[in-house]
Order: sequence, then C-alpha cells, then structure tokens
Amino acid sequence: MTILSIFDIGLVVLILAVGAASIGMREAFSAVIGFVVYGLLLSIAWVRLSAVDVALTEAAIGGGMTGMLMLGAVARLRFAKGNDSRTSLPVRLAAGILCALVAAGLAIAVLSPPEVIPTLAPMAMENLPQSGLGNPVAGVLFVYRALDTLLEKVVLILALLGVWSLAPDRMWGGIPGLRVYAQPNSKLTFLAQLLPPVGIVVAVYMCWVGAKEPGGAFQGGTVLAAMWLLVMIAGLTSVPSISQRWLRLLLVAGPMIFLAIGIAGMVLANAFLAYPAGYAKPLIVAVEVALTLSIGVALGLLAAGPPERVQRP
Amino acid sequence: MNAATLFGLCGAALVGLGLYGLVTNPEPLRKILAFNLLGSGVFLVFGVVAKRAAASGLGGDPVPQAMVITAIVVAFAATAMAIALVLRLLQETGRSTLSSDTSAATDTAGADS
Repeated sequence: MTILSIFDIGLVVLILAVGAASIGMREAFSAVIGFVVYGLLLSIAWVRLSAVDVALTEAAIGGGMTGMLMLGAVARLRFAKGNDSRTSLPVRLAAGILCALVAAGLAIAVLSPPEVIPTLAPMAMENLPQSGLGNPVAGVLFVYRALDTLLEKVVLILALLGVWSLAPDRMWGGIPGLRVYAQPNSKLTFLAQLLPPVGIVVAVYMCWVGAKEPGGAFQGGTVLAAMWLLVMIAGLTSVPSISQRWLRLLLVAGPMIFLAIGIAGMVLANAFLAYPAGYAKPLIVAVEVALTLSIGVALGLLAAGPPERVQRP
Repeated sequence: MNAATLFGLCGAALVGLGLYGLVTNPEPLRKILAFNLLGSGVFLVFGVVAKRAAASGLGGDPVPQAMVITAIVVAFAATAMAIALVLRLLQETGRSTLSSDTSAATDTAGADS
C-alpha cells in the first residue's frame, strides 16, 4: 500500500465523517462550519481526481460562498421559532435504510464500470490547438459547450433577480441588507485593508491564466466577489443600492459581450457562438475578462441578499 | 481498489447521507445544506467517470469536468435563491419552519407528553 493510497483512504474517511457531522449536528451554526470544512476537503479530493479546475470552483463556491450565505442565514434565524420536534425514530430508521439502498445502488454502478470506457478526451485535445487555448477544460467551457457557459451566467442573473424580487415592493431599488460590522480598529478592518490588493491580483491572474492552466473567469470572479464583500462587511465602503446604473451595467456586461460575440460568429464563422479562425483566443480572453467582472458583481449581490433599506434622498 | 473507485464509493455514500439529512431534518436551512451535500456526492461520482475516461495524456476527460463546474455554479444559484426564500419566510411569519399550522404543532406536543 503506497503513501498516496493511505492518504486517499484517510481523506475519504475525513470527508464522510465531516459530512455526517454537518448533517447530524444539533446546532445549525456548527453544521454550517462543518459544511465549509467539508467543501475544502472535497476540493482536495478533486485534486486527487486530476480535476484542478473543479477543485478551485468547489473550494471557492462549494465551501466559501455557500458557507457564507448559510452563516448569514443562521445568524438571522438564531432567534426564530424553530421546529423542536425531531422526526420520530421509526421514520428515521426507514429513511436511513432507504437512503442506504440508494447509496448501495450507486456504489454498484461505481464498482462495475463498462468494459469500453467512453471518452471525449481525444476529440477535445484534437481540436484544442485551433482555439489557441492550452487548458482543455476552458476549451470545453468556451468553445465546444459555449452555450452551456452562456446560459450558466444567465442562470446566475436570473437567481439574482429572484432574490431581489423577494423584497417587499417599497424596498425595490433599495440597499441590500448585508450586515455591516464596522468597528474602528478591529481585526476585520485590518484584514479588509490588507487582503483586497492581494485578492484582486490573484483574481486577475486566475482569469488570465485560465486559458492555459487551471483557473478561469468563474474562479477569478469568486475571488473578486469575496474581496468586495469583505470591504463592504468591514464598513470601508457602503453597500450600493441595486438601482445604481453602473451596477446593472456591470451585471449584464459579461453575458452581453458573450452574446454579441456569439451573434457575430453567425456572420463571420457561420455558426452561433463560433469564433472566426485565428481570432478565437483574443475573443475568448475578452469574454473571460467581462465575465469575471459580471460574475464578481453577481456573486457579491447574491450573497448580500434582497434589498432591505431604501436609499435616503 | 484504485483511487477513482474509492472516491466513487465516497460519492455514493455522500448521496445517501445527504438524502437522509434532506428527509429527516425538519428545518429548511438544514435541508438546503443536506441537499448541497447530496449534490456534491453526485458531482464526485461524475468526477470519477471523468477520471476513468482519462486519455490523450490528460488526467481525466475534460467534458464531464467542465459540466461539473457549470453544475456547481447552478447549484450555488439555486442555494442562494432557497436561502432568500427561507429568510423571507422568517420575515413574514417569524418562524424558520415549514410546518406552520398550529394544529400539527399541538398534535406533536400531545404525542410527546
């Protein structure tokens, strides 16, 4: 047994233990902390599966952003009337057995792979040089399945619209109800002054390097959103009201540029979302830069929640 | 057993675990958390499929990997929407639970005593 396989077994045991703990904990706060730890452990598992792009996304979104959203919700739900009645034991037993059956069914599928394993990797690599990209995952995201990526950004904006429309009518166009912890000279203020310059450089690097190496618009955008949220929570900059024009422009800039290049492809390359020969890489990088900004703003606003205050005139 | 199979079994177990939490936990926020756990288990199984299909000098098939990235983003968008709904429920009713009718609450209280 090699060191790596011992590492893998330990990792799987840790993931399952932390996952089970975050399901079983009585305190919602501990459960969410468990979930954040779980997300980070899972991203190590993704590295072991040679999917570094996915690992970055999982760490940023699965652990970080989702964890932050849930922590915010726990803080607000702390004094709410909860449901004290636990599910009865027979129901829990029955659910446990049925869920174990589902897991066993999946496990059987995992243990019996097909004899000839289907793969699209050779096809993806074969046509990759034409796009000028070096990262096959970016190739799939922006060339072969560009429509998926475009619609994914639209889903983000739709989710944001959904969150906004949960606000009462008179709050429309107001300021998101992000809690601000502005205490002068606190550690949070110090961090909010120290981290953003580093974070912004990391985000720009991730966006730029995504064409060749693991990284990309989404991971970069998440780092940008995290920095923006940090500065807003520390009270160093105010939370903008959602009716600001620059905010809305930034939100739609990424998808609009993507769409415009896609439509231009119909004329110049004979297909929607196709890139004219020789210009693929610059166009993709332009789309990625615009998307990074839009994703950063969209994620930051999703985490900030629906508007709760109206801007004073 | 190779690494891919090990992580595949881990993913299968996570799906079971998440499903259990989704069914048995009465609080909406905990249900959302469990649903995310379930989802990440499914993604992990998908990642194992990608790893097994490694070819052309790559560590895994890039197509499923890219699809998982899209999936994680969409799952996050849905989670954000769900959490906003729970918080709106709190604003409207002052409760964090879905069983809002009082008769059900007294029934369970009666059963407990």
